[in-house]
Amino acid sequence: MHEWALAESILVAAVDAANKEGMKKIKEINIGIGELQQISMDAFEFALDELINQLDEKLKEVKIRIKTEKSNLICNNCGHEWPFDELKKKINEDEGEAIHFIPEVAFVHSRCPECKSPDFEISKGRGVSILSIKGEK
Amino acid sequence: MDPRPSVIDRRLSKIKKIIAVASGKGGVGKSLVASTLALNLSNKGYKVGLLDLDLYGPSSHVILGIDDFSFPEEEKGILPHRIDDVNFMSIVYFTEDKPAPLRGMDITNIIIELLSITQWGELDYLIIDMPPGIGDETLDVIKLVKKSEFLVVTTPSKVSMGAVEKLLTILQELNLPVIGVIENMKMNDSDYIDNVVSKKGLTYLNSIYFDHALEESIGSLGKLLKSDFMKNLDKIVKKIV
Repeated sequence: MHEWALAESILVAAVDAANKEGMKKIKEINIGIGELQQISMDAFEFALDELINQLDEKLKEVKIRIKTEKSNLICNNCGHEWPFDELKKKINEDEGEAIHFIPEVAFVHSRCPECKSPDFEISKGRGVSILSIKGEK
Repeated sequence: MDPRPSVIDRRLSKIKKIIAVASGKGGVGKSLVASTLALNLSNKGYKVGLLDLDLYGPSSHVILGIDDFSFPEEEKGILPHRIDDVNFMSIVYFTEDKPAPLRGMDITNIIIELLSITQWGELDYLIIDMPPGIGDETLDVIKLVKKSEFLVVTTPSKVSMGAVEKLLTILQELNLPVIGVIENMKMNDSDYIDNVVSKKGLTYLNSIYFDHALEESIGSLGKLLKSDFMKNLDKIVKKIV
């Protein structure tokens, strides 16, 4: 499961940020998960639980909150906007799996439904991000 | 905040040496040098990884004869495919070798994703096949792969060296380690490249003579290892390991 690697990146980044700010404890991490990456929540949460105990003392009391975000795509050629649900209908299982690993390969396996251009962008809901960190100094 | 860059140093922490094979110009044989360098080092018994970061025009897989584009195995991230004894990672495992029309930000995102989720483990060498020029990929590797040392490839042409010199200038300006310059596809005894490189205070490693039979070796590891190209490259490898 590559969710482990992403979960690890979140906790390592949070510890780095806490160290920078001189925080002794991290109390809360708010995580954003973009729909396009199709993260398996079970695998992601399992990895976070395991890693919290392994990575750093600062994480011992941390509460994790996860907010999922719908994905939106905008065509740079014609301006058309469409959601991931619509994109998903036109790709096969392997193409969907490839987007799960690397969201930008959506530009390889998919086209704008209106003008068929491959030149579109992910305006919302790409992948993992840290929305906020709360801690004690 | 993007958390992924924070974990890249950990992913690369068990790699002894990272060599970015770069050039200011396309078509100089960079991918060929990167792929054969990986093969050569692996053949000498080193643990080697090869990362193709030429996202628009990946070609290491063509040189190594790879046509199985199945997804990498997952184990706390993704594991490189084993090609002979070389650990290999490329965008082609996710694109099925289809064209990749990408803008700059997408390139950066893909590089960050590949670097943050690939579990290389212990390696003596990670060879990075860089795209030509001093654009996004080069700047991203400079920023994200802090241990990189640059092995620069040019052809004997003044046109190619003009662009390569710009790359060398940037690398020197940033105080980045340049292992040296390889002159590929050499056809005569001109010392033009040697002089330009030496004037910059850098190491001219050696030349690789134009190998007319090389095209027949593309895609065959056995033939590549026995090629004249490899014999010339081996002299350079002995200088740098």
